[in-house]
Amino acid sequence: MKRFLAWATIGLAVVYFFLPLLGMLEFSLKMRRGAYSLDAYRSVIGDPQFQATFGYSVLMACLTIIFGVLVVVPTVFWVRLKLPRLRPVMEFITLLTLVIPPIVIVFGYIRLFNTSSWLPLTGSTFGTDILLICGYAVLSLPYMYRAVDTGLAAIDLATLTEAAQSLGAGWITVLARVILPNVLVAVLSGAFLTFAIVIGEYVFAALLDRPAFGPYLVWAGGNKAYEPAALAVITFALTWACMLLIQLATKFSQHTRSPR
Amino acid sequence: MAYLDLSGLQKSFGANQVVKSFDLGIAKGEFVSLLGPSGCGKTTVLRMVAGFETPTAGAIRIDGQEVTGLRPNQRNIGMVFQAYALFPNLTVAQNVGFGLKIAGVSAAETAARVAEMLTLIGLPEMGARYPFQLSGGQQQRVALARALAPRPRVLLLDEPLSALDAKIRVSLRSEIRDIQRKLGITTIFVTHDQEEALSMSDRVVVMNGGRAEQVGAPFEIYNHPKTRFVAQFVGTLNTLDAIVTDAAQGEVTVQGQPLRLPQAIATAKGASVGLALRPEVVHLEADAAQISRGDFALPARIAAVDFLGAVIRVKADTAAGVIALDLFNRPDAPPPPVGAEVALRFRGQDVIVLA
Repeated sequence: MKRFLAWATIGLAVVYFFLPLLGMLEFSLKMRRGAYSLDAYRSVIGDPQFQATFGYSVLMACLTIIFGVLVVVPTVFWVRLKLPRLRPVMEFITLLTLVIPPIVIVFGYIRLFNTSSWLPLTGSTFGTDILLICGYAVLSLPYMYRAVDTGLAAIDLATLTEAAQSLGAGWITVLARVILPNVLVAVLSGAFLTFAIVIGEYVFAALLDRPAFGPYLVWAGGNKAYEPAALAVITFALTWACMLLIQLATKFSQHTRSPR
Repeated sequence: MAYLDLSGLQKSFGANQVVKSFDLGIAKGEFVSLLGPSGCGKTTVLRMVAGFETPTAGAIRIDGQEVTGLRPNQRNIGMVFQAYALFPNLTVAQNVGFGLKIAGVSAAETAARVAEMLTLIGLPEMGARYPFQLSGGQQQRVALARALAPRPRVLLLDEPLSALDAKIRVSLRSEIRDIQRKLGITTIFVTHDQEEALSMSDRVVVMNGGRAEQVGAPFEIYNHPKTRFVAQFVGTLNTLDAIVTDAAQGEVTVQGQPLRLPQAIATAKGASVGLALRPEVVHLEADAAQISRGDFALPARIAAVDFLGAVIRVKADTAAGVIALDLFNRPDAPPPPVGAEVALRFRGQDVIVLA
C-alpha cells in the first residue's frame, strides 16, 4: 500500500509537470491546419528578429559568465582562505538578489547611471550593455556563488594554495592553474545556470531598452499564435540542455573521483 | 655561520604567543627534526620558514640571505604536506614538473628532470597517472619529488608520514632519509612521533610551549635529557623519588636503599630528587639474592605483560610505584606470569637525574 501511494504521488507529479508541456508541444506543432508540422519552429528560426535577439542574449550570457567567474571565483577563494568570518556576510549579500525584485535593481541602476550622473552608462549602447551585464551578474550571483563555494569546499583549498606557492606560484597562477581547474565543474554549473537565467530575462533588457531574447519572447507572445509555444519549447530545451551539460561535465571530470 | 639560521623567532596570534624566542642554526645538508606535542609551536616555526606565517619578531636567513620578508613563492623552499596536496587535475608528471613550469624551465629540461625525480622515488612508470589512482604512500613520494624537482635550497616536511599506515610509514621514512642524503639537501622535519624523529635525524629539537627545550643528536636527546619534559616526552620513562644523602658524591636512597649515581647532584643533603630509568636498563631477576652488590635491587610483583613481538614490555608493582621494563623475546624463555614475585635490578650509572 505504501509503495502504491509513493508511485501514485510520483505519477501525479509527472502528470502535473509534463501535461502542460506536452500540451504546449502539441500546440506548437499544429500551425498547419489538420496536420502536425514544424512550421511554427521554421517561422521562429527564420525570423531575423529572433536571430538578432537570440544572438544578442547568447553574447550577453557569455560575457556575464566571464564577468561572473572573474568576480566570484577570486572573491570566494579569498573569503574561504583569508576571511572565513565574512562567509555569513557573503551569504547574505548573495541572497539579497532573491528578495529584491529586479525592477527595483534596474531602476536603481537607471537613477545611478543615467546621462546626468557621474558615470553616464545609459548614455551609450556600449555603456548600457555593460550595465546589462552587471545586472545579469547580480541576478545570477546566488547561483554562481553557491556553485563556486560548494566546489571550493570540496577541495583542500589552503593546502593546495600553499603547495603551489611553495613551488613558486603567485596568486594569479594559483587561481588560474590550481584552483580554477579544480572547481571547473562547479564553475560550469554556475555558468549554465547563469546562461539559462540570462536567455529568458525580461525586466533588465526591457527597461534598459536592449534587443534581448526576453523582450522578444513577450512581443511574440502578444502578436503571434503558434510561434510563442514553439519559442517556449526552444527555451525549455535550452535550459534542459544546460542541465544535461552540468551532469556530463561532472561525469567526465576524471580527476574529481575520490581517492583510493 | 649556519646555512639556515633562525634567530629570535617569535610568533603571536592575538594574545596567544605560540613561539617564544626560537633560535636554531642548521648546517648545509643537515636533517633536523622538530619534535614536540601538539600546540608546542613546531608547525608554526616550519610555516614561518616557508613564509606562510610572518614572524612577530626575529629573522630567518638562508645561506646568509635574509628571507624573513619574502613571500613563500620567492624563497625557493620545497615543502611536503601531511595531506599530500597533489594537484588533483594534473597527472603525476605534471605535478612533479609544476614548479619547473612556473620557473620557466624549457619543456625538454622539465621532462628530463621529471623523469629523474620519478626514478629517484621509485615510480618511473607512474607519470601518466592521476593522484587519485595512487596509494597514500605513492602520493606522498610524488609530493616529495614535486618539492625536490625545482632544486630548492631547503626542504620542509610537515608531518608527511602521519596519514600513512604503520608499515608504509616505516619504509617511507628510510626512503626519505636516503633521498635526503643522496641530494644533500638541508631539511627540517616536523613530527610528533619520537621514533620518526630519532631514527631519521642528524639532530632533534624537542619543543615545548613555544621554546626549544633541547637540541641535540638523537643519542644525546634520548640518553641525556636536559629537562624533565624532554626525559618524559622522548621514550618511555620510569620515575623514582630519592632522598639525597651525599650530594657531592651523588649518593641517594630509594625506598631506604642506598644508590650511587655517576655524577654529583646540585642539591642539598636531605632534599628530594627525581630519578628516571629507561625500561631497557631495568633487568628482571627471579630472586633478589642473585643481584650483585654494586647493583640496586627492588622487590616487585609482575602486574602486566604486553607481548609486542621482538620486545616484551613488563610492568611490575614495587614499593616505589609501577616500573616498566623491556625484555627481548626469546622462544626458550617465556616471560614471567602476572603475579610472580621477582626482583628488579639496575645500575646507578643508568639513572637519569631529572632537573
